[in-house]
Amino acid sequence: MDLHTIETTIRLRSRSEMPDWREGDAWLAGGTWLYSEPQPALRRLIDLTSLGWPAHETGSDGLTLAATCTVAALERLDLPAAWIAAPLVRQCCRSLLGSFKVWNGATVGGNLCLALPAGPIIALTTALEGSCLLWAPDGSERRLTVPEVVIGPQRNALAPGEILRSVTLPASALSRRTAFRRISLSPHGRSGALLIGTLGADGAFALTVTASVPRPLRLAFPRPPERDDLLHAVEAAVPEGLYYDDVHGRPDWRRHMTLHFAGEILAELTEVRA
Amino acid sequence: MRLTVNGHAHDADPRPGQCLRTVLREAGWFGVKKGCDAGDCGACTVHLDGEPVHSCLVPAFRAEGTEVTTIEGLSGPCRPGEAREPTHPVQAAFVAAQGFQCGFCTPGMVMTAAALDQGRRQDLGDALKGNLCRCTGYGAIRDAIAGIARVEAPEGACVGRSVPAPAAPLVVTGTARFTFDIPEAGMLHLKVLRSPHAHARIVAIDTGPARAVPGVVAVLTHEDAPPRRFSTGRHEDPRDDAADTLVLDPVLRFAGQRVAAVVAETEAAAEAGCRALRVTYEVLPALLDPARALDPDAPRVHGETNLAAEVRGEVGDVAAGIAEADLVYEETFTSQRVQHAHLETHGCAGWRDADGRLTLRTSTQVPFLTRDALCALYDLPREEIRVLCGRVGGGFGGKQEMLTEDLVALAVLKTGRPVKWELTRQEQFAATTTRHPMRVRVTVGAKRDGRITALGLDVLSDTGAYGNHAGGVLHHGCNEVLAAYSCPNKRVAGRAVHTHTPPAGAFRGYGLSQTIFALESALDEVARRLGVDPFALRRINAVRPGEPLVAHSLHPHDVVFGSYGLDQCLDLAQAALAEDPGPAPELGWHVGTGMAMAMLDTIPPRGHHAEAFAALLPDGTYRLRTGTAEFGNGSQTVHRQFAAQALQADPARVRIEAADTDAVGHDTGAYGSTGTVVAGQAVHRAALALAEAIRARAAERTGVTPEACRLADGTVETPKGVIPLNDLAPLEASGRSNGSPRSVAFNVQAFRVAVHPVSGAVRILTSVHAADAGVVINPMQCRGQVEGGVAQALGAALYEEVALDGEGAVATRTFRNYHIPACGDVPDTRVLFAETDDAVGPLGAKSMSESPFNPVAAALGNAIRDATGARLTATPFAPDRIFRAVAAACDLGERHPVSDQAR
Repeated sequence: MDLHTIETTIRLRSRSEMPDWREGDAWLAGGTWLYSEPQPALRRLIDLTSLGWPAHETGSDGLTLAATCTVAALERLDLPAAWIAAPLVRQCCRSLLGSFKVWNGATVGGNLCLALPAGPIIALTTALEGSCLLWAPDGSERRLTVPEVVIGPQRNALAPGEILRSVTLPASALSRRTAFRRISLSPHGRSGALLIGTLGADGAFALTVTASVPRPLRLAFPRPPERDDLLHAVEAAVPEGLYYDDVHGRPDWRRHMTLHFAGEILAELTEVRA
Repeated sequence: MRLTVNGHAHDADPRPGQCLRTVLREAGWFGVKKGCDAGDCGACTVHLDGEPVHSCLVPAFRAEGTEVTTIEGLSGPCRPGEAREPTHPVQAAFVAAQGFQCGFCTPGMVMTAAALDQGRRQDLGDALKGNLCRCTGYGAIRDAIAGIARVEAPEGACVGRSVPAPAAPLVVTGTARFTFDIPEAGMLHLKVLRSPHAHARIVAIDTGPARAVPGVVAVLTHEDAPPRRFSTGRHEDPRDDAADTLVLDPVLRFAGQRVAAVVAETEAAAEAGCRALRVTYEVLPALLDPARALDPDAPRVHGETNLAAEVRGEVGDVAAGIAEADLVYEETFTSQRVQHAHLETHGCAGWRDADGRLTLRTSTQVPFLTRDALCALYDLPREEIRVLCGRVGGGFGGKQEMLTEDLVALAVLKTGRPVKWELTRQEQFAATTTRHPMRVRVTVGAKRDGRITALGLDVLSDTGAYGNHAGGVLHHGCNEVLAAYSCPNKRVAGRAVHTHTPPAGAFRGYGLSQTIFALESALDEVARRLGVDPFALRRINAVRPGEPLVAHSLHPHDVVFGSYGLDQCLDLAQAALAEDPGPAPELGWHVGTGMAMAMLDTIPPRGHHAEAFAALLPDGTYRLRTGTAEFGNGSQTVHRQFAAQALQADPARVRIEAADTDAVGHDTGAYGSTGTVVAGQAVHRAALALAEAIRARAAERTGVTPEACRLADGTVETPKGVIPLNDLAPLEASGRSNGSPRSVAFNVQAFRVAVHPVSGAVRILTSVHAADAGVVINPMQCRGQVEGGVAQALGAALYEEVALDGEGAVATRTFRNYHIPACGDVPDTRVLFAETDDAVGPLGAKSMSESPFNPVAAALGNAIRDATGARLTATPFAPDRIFRAVAAACDLGERHPVSDQAR
């Protein structure tokens, strides 16, 4: 929609051009959320897509996604065969509420920074132990994990003027087996619970819980726990009153589905394969 | 910046923060629609350098140097305003399948379909999740994409054939003109500040800061508004609805009510003006719970009582009927607040024409009643106001209200300038009307053999802050639901109450969807407990010709059995359900079937009038003038068929001018499913009269009798030779219909569902709908109405609820948070028609617009009951609301999940 209070749009060409951050500023990546709701508090949009960051870089140590990498580009990625977690990418892209047309604009960084509980890129990068690179206005940099960046519904850990530059998924995480479960109130609706399990060759098991909780949760175990122990760990990490509550699912159902999926994921990853 | 649009260079100077959609519309590309303005509905889809995007989400400045293709340019380069032929294969396919009804979503749907590769076509549910259509139910859209045609050429008889909608080529090329598809140059923009409180009094409004905003032309407060009260609800008789509304009221009775309006040179200035208004409110206690409305200490919404309407009646002796029953079943069923969610929001543009006449181009189902309401409000004679429609982007009853015209008229009268007010999607959700939420207590008594001995309904309807349609919906909602059964003892006690919540209004079904959900669920439970098949229970008890059509009173009425196809509908639906098992359910899901029926009077009571003129023009073509609006109901298609049939003409020879208070003397409007049976009746009579006049003139010219003359396409054949029609022009004749007597139409819905016992997810495996529409004038279109009605009802049954926050404000203000069915949510529904010929309707036709909606929720709930053992008593049947009941019932082992053996 037209954002009538915007007075200026700045298209950045290099990091050195970054303007001083003011109240009423917003970073603009794809714009698919910014332009989807009234933004009466905003006065300036500072466009990051003009910086020309390569969308993704694949190295032996892992996959780095620029914050401005679109969901469409992410979904089209052809990853090395050893990265057996690759199907997760498609599963998570398809979990975005927006259509494939929105994928052409929506970005990895936008999904992370918007910090919606149902953000599927949040789920993907949490499960695959993404490391977020942040650029501060003073030129310094820092790294945070995804659960450190996404601190609550539509709340992120970025300081004013700080930019999410990229997220790196280590090769070790991309080389794990994965199991994916998702449910929403309608077949293609916004996720009410989105859980991902990973199992490494070393036996390490992790369960990522998103959408049903206000911020991403990753529970790691050196080896697969017993089912009851896993469910107890989830219950301990998410007290009953802390499941997310909005029109996309009532908290008691989200808890019920979270525990159900946790058990299914554990079973899927630990069943003895013939 | 420079970009290429539809093959031609275009220079634009986008404002900061502007989106591409607006740049394109400002350049005259009106095929790019504004549906949700938020990237959810897809009506604004264009191709940007070959990739489909939602242009409302694309920052305009990013279009620099790009190539943009809009719906107008899909079939080749063009300039704004040029006529287009639907030559692109996808456009041709949408014409052939008639993959649209109102057509507002169609440009975006076509642009998206044109961008699908083979892979995406395999999963349309996923591929089209960003394209919402409220009318079609997606069946015709899926057919279009699959290349399946639904349209037929007229062969001989035009009536009974699936001839295409007159506007089809315009709709699929984006050149059909909807309400706001007009240039904005010189137009002022109106925006309103809305109440943040459910109940408050305006103590003061400081308009100074708003007036100081550059570009603001006028600020309108309650002090500028006329003192007369009116109802936003429009009926033939304005006294049907309580006059309780002011254009601007110092008392605010719901969160979202207008506080003040700002009129400015730009939308931005109007919005800035609204933000600058300084309002002092005295916040008052609010009543949000309808169950408390009649408590002595409940806050009052208007005057002495919160009772907005009441209906009480009894026929026979319900107590005696209960006493003689072998089984008595009582349960309370709840239907929630849902929204029409037509893709074109409410709004209008107003100006003074060259003669100084106040003119409003508006998105309405009732142009004449709106004109009359404005005359009363502003004390103007009818000649001084003209109300007209473009193509209307969906209505479903929501536009049987005056929600914008009163304020735009005030702004035009105050400023003397053209003024436009287009509601945003957020306003549409937050502050327009909804279905009436209802709580219905049902009592059923029945004998062991399935015979019903008593029916009782206790209804509590929440009409919200204003009484528009409160009485009409309550009375109608308690009528056909009971009249459909021939039980001798029936009783109704119904009340509509006010609360400080957004006003409910007319909504498809007009009260019946809520009461039918309750009664048809209860009857299913009765059948189950008696061990009687649910179809058989209806056969035993449903009303039959020869029996009186009685709900709860013996007052005389004008409803007759013009025809009767309920028996056929029950047979058709039962057989079709049995013969199609649907896809095999997955392991662990529980499967069951359910059905429900509905009856609807074909015309609203108390008078519904239409007038039509049919003219033979000097060029030998025909022109029809009608008052009724085309909003996806297909009335113009049917009107053209009636005229073509009566005049023995190719339908392409008949042009229609409609929905304009200048076109005819009076038209009650396009509500109550009257497009075919009232307006169509008038058209048919006008066309027959014109045919008569043509034959008479031909006879006079040739000296033969009129009976010897025969109309053909373009000529009149006489014993003395063939006369071209243009030799006989001009001629004009009129026809009228007063909407009485009325007949009855029937619908039966059946489902087979699978339910997941853990998650509560419901999947529809089979959907069958049998309809008694009398003689089906246009099978394709009637099927589309049924498919669309089922889909809209599935939304209300499974997903939708206008949720209020704790303060009474609407929390669900976007399609993202108010999920209407998308392609992947709607199964194919097999539509079957009874073969009947109505003695009342034109050429044997009956209405079929609202009624397919009505039996769906109950049929679905009954199928879930059959699958799981859980009797659900409140819609929507969303997984998070039903999983506990479903899991508990499944654990009791009432039904067994699908096992390997059973598959």
